[in-house]
Amino acid sequence: MMPAHGPDQGSSTPTGDRDRTDGAAGERGPARRSFLTALIAAPTLALATRIGADALAPQPAHAVVPSLPAPADLVDLGDLFIVAGAPTAHLLVLRVETDGIIHFRLPRTEVGQGLTTAVAMLVAEELDAPLDDVRIALEDARPELLFNQLTGSSNSIRSLYGPVRQTAATARARLVAAAARSWDLPARTLTTRDGAVHAPDGRSAPYGSLAEAAADPGLPVLPAAPKPADRHTLVGRPQNRIDARAMVTGRQQYTLDLDVPGAKPCVLRRPPTLGGTVRSVANLAAVRAMPGVLHVVTVRTGVAVVAETFGQALDARAALDVGWGPGPADALSDADIRSRLRAAAPPPLLPPLLTGHVDAEFDFAFVSHAPLETNCAVADVRSDRAEIWSGLKSPIVAKQTIAAELGLPADKVTVHVVQAGGSFGRRLFFDAALEAALVSKACGRPVRLMWTRIDDTRHGRMRPASHHHVRATYALGQVLSFQHRVASAETDFRHGLGEMLTATAASLPAGLGNATFAQTLFLTTVKSPYHFGLTTQSLTEVPTGIPTGSWRSVYSANTRGAEEIVVDELAARLGKDPVAFRREFLKNNAQRAVLDKVAAEGEWGRALPEGCAQGVGFHEEYESRTACLVEIDTRDPEHVRVTKAVIAADVGRPVNPRGLEAQLLGGLTDAISTTLRAGLHIDKGLPLEGSYSQFHYARQRDTPTDVRIFVMPASGEPGGAGELGVPAAVGAIANAYARATGTKPRSFPLDFDVDFTPYPR
Amino acid sequence: MPSHTFTVNGRSVTVDAPDDLPLLWVLRDLLGVRGPKYGCGVDVCKACTSHLDGADIRPCVVPVREAAGREVTTIEGLADGDTLHPVQEAWLEQDVAQCGFCQPGQIMAAVALLKRTSEPTDADLDAIANICRCGTYFRIREAIRSAAAKMR
Ligand code: FES
Ligand code: FES
Repeated sequence: MMPAHGPDQGSSTPTGDRDRTDGAAGERGPARRSFLTALIAAPTLALATRIGADALAPQPAHAVVPSLPAPADLVDLGDLFIVAGAPTAHLLVLRVETDGIIHFRLPRTEVGQGLTTAVAMLVAEELDAPLDDVRIALEDARPELLFNQLTGSSNSIRSLYGPVRQTAATARARLVAAAARSWDLPARTLTTRDGAVHAPDGRSAPYGSLAEAAADPGLPVLPAAPKPADRHTLVGRPQNRIDARAMVTGRQQYTLDLDVPGAKPCVLRRPPTLGGTVRSVANLAAVRAMPGVLHVVTVRTGVAVVAETFGQALDARAALDVGWGPGPADALSDADIRSRLRAAAPPPLLPPLLTGHVDAEFDFAFVSHAPLETNCAVADVRSDRAEIWSGLKSPIVAKQTIAAELGLPADKVTVHVVQAGGSFGRRLFFDAALEAALVSKACGRPVRLMWTRIDDTRHGRMRPASHHHVRATYALGQVLSFQHRVASAETDFRHGLGEMLTATAASLPAGLGNATFAQTLFLTTVKSPYHFGLTTQSLTEVPTGIPTGSWRSVYSANTRGAEEIVVDELAARLGKDPVAFRREFLKNNAQRAVLDKVAAEGEWGRALPEGCAQGVGFHEEYESRTACLVEIDTRDPEHVRVTKAVIAADVGRPVNPRGLEAQLLGGLTDAISTTLRAGLHIDKGLPLEGSYSQFHYARQRDTPTDVRIFVMPASGEPGGAGELGVPAAVGAIANAYARATGTKPRSFPLDFDVDFTPYPR
Repeated sequence: MPSHTFTVNGRSVTVDAPDDLPLLWVLRDLLGVRGPKYGCGVDVCKACTSHLDGADIRPCVVPVREAAGREVTTIEGLADGDTLHPVQEAWLEQDVAQCGFCQPGQIMAAVALLKRTSEPTDADLDAIANICRCGTYFRIREAIRSAAAKMR
């Protein structure tokens, strides 16, 4: 591996071999000599054992009408990621340097979810090394990793838990073997702790001193297996983020903080409607002559200005007089979208006479991902090669596409993955990286390209708007059927997921029939946790021409959120308390445990003033389950506030409970925002909202002053956690609102007035 | 091009820039001080929050001419060498940051608040309008309370 240079050390092109997690450039000196570079064969993952285990396990006898397992009970999308990643799991790269520092190159990205910390914990655990000795770098795009470099579907820990531990355990075995050979002692008599190998006679050798010897391919090494979980001393205990200090001191580097030599600020002027095209620029010469302006070039998505500072680029952008061509959705506004979605959802079957039924229709607006770091990238394109830096969750597809667009062979395009300021699904797409590459090529210089906030809100991707029709029938205290028809604006999954699903098609459970790609995703992510008799959930997609993308929890936030509202309404019809009703119809005790936890800790049923109420929601996905109890205060209709939240989660095996709590807190805030006030109005082909003053993502004043989060004890393998928190909280908040106001929440966000003057187009 | 002299994190600097160039871009693009983040450019998200003579400002809407002769402090200038400010310590203790992008601004806003009052009320905390898109608000609350208690 080549020596590392921090981006501010004056190397001509920063290499990708930087450690992002300490965030600060230039801290690492010249590369230390020699290390163990281990390309370690991890065994094929044991996967089959878990598929369907909970669905097929005998259930205690119930009076309820049982539901058959749904496809997502048998194989969920995350399982498919694991299957797809397994053949390349052995390509993980870990190395130990002579200074004892352990470097691991993570083929995923860090966007705030705490993954680098969790992975560092796994590595330190298996190597018996101090956590401080582990550095995690984000891996450049490596096409040979195939499907094993996509960050999404709450899958990183699920898919990496086995392979990372196996890789580190094998590295440990090599270090032990090296010490055994130098001391002429049997390897099995040696132990490891605190980053060193120890002999029974008291001798010890720090890992750094063994790094060279351990790299010897001729070394006899005992087979290695990861520790059993009951010997974990680090994994499973709350741990603070390894990058926290860099973040609180401002040293954490994001894409536009990198110092790529010669790279100049760049912004685009974008069309007045989504997907519009550039026809002409009337005042090109005048804008080129503005102070600080270096280049003005037209690319497919707009007119790019490159200048000495972003301030000057923004001024020039504003001065541009551009003639625009139409986009694919120019005529489209919210009302049309809503009626198209309503028309697309096939009506549920009529209930038989004499059974009671609950019938409810829901609408959810488009929602911006709105990560605080806007879409951005740095690109340095030369005639024979290119180098790109960006926060990318799908870097392999990015690399292949950018290479094709530039007309370069893929191996001449280096794509560095940079830690990002949030994603929520947005960074599955690499539009900023592609734009930066095209601009850099057009003006022949490196550029730092940034989307403005208004563009990020208006021209970014959105969670698709959806319409839901739920019909449940009941008789004699039992729920007999539960039908949920979803119609959603089409979700764009063209970021490598399609290839992955095709490659894993053989693992899909029977019964998916001719499901489309999106339906397959829907059916492998959405399931009902309740025994509600005959249960069907279906998706119809409606193409709209509006750019969309998965948003934290993909279909679940709306679909399961709506269902949790219906669950409360069913309980009321049957004269039951919402918690007692859920307890009765949930499928197993692990589910009931999280519900019981929030009911007890949140004092379910406690008296609250008029206009205030509690609400509860439950959700299960990706082998994890959670319940959420909130209290809401609606006494000021202008400022409805969730005042308290109690959350319990069982994720099978939490690697870092403190990080998990952070994810659940984030999911709660997402649910507060999208349920109460945050959405996008589409008006003649463009969102009206342009910034956080208009897209009302929650602020401090909108969030609870009392939050309690409980992580249930470990019980199995890690489940998914990144998206888990949203759907249960959506249900809890809507249910609390319903009880506090005596209304039936049906359209989200609940408070969706246009209370602002839109920015000009 | 006019030239402007002021102090950034204790260091005197002189830059040539148009009078109305926002301080944020002077810091980030001309001086390489990249702790203050762009999140909106219009004093809405508060991600760029820094201090001018000790009071919080949003440099995305402060023209560089207003900084002349004054003292600018960004997140990079808050710690005293390796010794963190108590608010930064509290941020570590509460493990506040997720993506971290808003946190320089959040911390600078909290420091400014604690200068104004040593016992912030719930209303004071609610008045911090900085967006955290990762939704870390509750930990921010806890961190400010903890820092306030330690600083008293
Ligand atoms: S960038 Fe200054 S307030 Fe948003
Ligand atoms: S930590 Fe990501 S925006 Fe606040």
